[in-house]
Amino acid sequence: MGKVIVVTSGKGGVGKTTSSAALGAALAQSGDRVVVVDFDVGLRNLDLVMGAERRVVYDLVNVIQGEAKLTQALIRDKRVETLYLLPASQTRDKDNLTPEGVEQVIAALKNAFDWVICDSPAGIERGATLAMRHADVAIVVTNPEVSSVRDSDRIIGLLDSKTLKAENGERVEKHLLLTRYDAARAERGDMLKVDDVLEILSIPLLGIIPESMDVLRASNVGAPVTLADGRCAPSLAYFEATRRLKGENLPVTIPGDKRSFLGKIFGRKAA
Amino acid sequence: MTDVLTQPRPIRLKGRSFLALSLTPELPFEDWLARLDDLARRSAGFFLRRPVILDVEGLDIDRQQLRDLVGELSVRNVRVMGLEGARFALLGPDLPPAMTDGRPAADIEAPVSDQADRSQHVEAVAPSSPPPTQAPAPQASVMPSMVVNRPVRSGQSIFFPEGDVTIVGSVASGAEIVAGGSIHVYGPLRGRAMAGTTGNASARIFCRKLEAELIAIDGFYKTADDLEPDLRGKPVQIWLDGETIKAATLG
Repeated sequence: MGKVIVVTSGKGGVGKTTSSAALGAALAQSGDRVVVVDFDVGLRNLDLVMGAERRVVYDLVNVIQGEAKLTQALIRDKRVETLYLLPASQTRDKDNLTPEGVEQVIAALKNAFDWVICDSPAGIERGATLAMRHADVAIVVTNPEVSSVRDSDRIIGLLDSKTLKAENGERVEKHLLLTRYDAARAERGDMLKVDDVLEILSIPLLGIIPESMDVLRASNVGAPVTLADGRCAPSLAYFEATRRLKGENLPVTIPGDKRSFLGKIFGRKAA
Repeated sequence: MTDVLTQPRPIRLKGRSFLALSLTPELPFEDWLARLDDLARRSAGFFLRRPVILDVEGLDIDRQQLRDLVGELSVRNVRVMGLEGARFALLGPDLPPAMTDGRPAADIEAPVSDQADRSQHVEAVAPSSPPPTQAPAPQASVMPSMVVNRPVRSGQSIFFPEGDVTIVGSVASGAEIVAGGSIHVYGPLRGRAMAGTTGNASARIFCRKLEAELIAIDGFYKTADDLEPDLRGKPVQIWLDGETIKAATLG
């Protein structure tokens, strides 16, 4: 039985899709079977970031409405053979997602894959709530600035109340992924510091992805950054996050800082 | 004009709770009204001055039947202040408004015997001329409290008009705590805290770290801008002195 991960944030443009693709590709490179599901019906982007936009025939909505089989809609990555994509529909809107349909698709994917990564749309409406509904693990993507942090806090509240696990009295495992982090700007006070964000959100830190041109460059060539250049700083941070996701206990590298902060940052578990 | 700006007198927003008597009519209404008449005969004035709510949940009636029932009740001097559990189709401008979010309270004793009870009843009602004292009086003896053992996230609202609220954790920006009594936050208070909302001027707000967006006691409020800047980030208690909100660091 695979694990369902939702990558969510509330706010748009913080790096949900980039992170979904990067983490998916990183997990798949370790040999696990991974599917990344685009829940952003109407504004699909994941296919572009993963370089599969010219191979989309059927999509999530087709599967939910019974117009196509799941195996017809899944697109296998050309570079990593254990990585799959289930694209969203660009022509429909989020009302086409039904709770029953999503449940069936997720259940089927869980049987076939080790990891089901749900790339949530921004906002707190239907698309986002359905994406998080069946999650075992949530990755909350946050930028180090106040509006993103507040929206993430809102999403954490929803993860604690609107998910299937929460309704059954269990807890969704929540991790913070801090993206677009710029050490120099944080030091100058232009950006929230890691400690500030952790103090406000009080969930364990999965990783810090530095702000980098490599991420943009990778998106433009249609490859998850962890596939495009496995040695650049953001890729290393995503690989590190992946190992932590698989249960390894390693210190979080803070960009721009040579020392590791095992005691200071990681292991800070609240809530 | 400048006078107005330098001495702002905000409108007071107050909540108040009353104990309403909830009547649950049953079909056929003739029989039910007969039983009601019987009860009223045992104690004249039982319904006098009592706020009465009509609970019509699950009743298969139309608007005309409801209108007739309300009419019959007003003939008996029972004035209905609101309808509970009414379908949208039942409501109308000539009918009492719909009420929601009612919480059950202890049953109100129906008058039993004739004479003995009447004297008791008069005693009970006569001295309490200001109606609000009727409801909070039993609450004052046993003040319930609520403890929240997790952080209150942005967009979440803790609403507890019955008494004190204690949060063991943080209150995020965009979150809201509304309490009839005092509010205690063992963590940073970044959202809104409204204490003493049911008219309790002695309620206070305590927090480990004051970064609130808005604080209010008994309807008087201050926004983050009005709070003294040197209190920010400190452990603070906030109370009401007459009509001014006072704040001071703790410990």
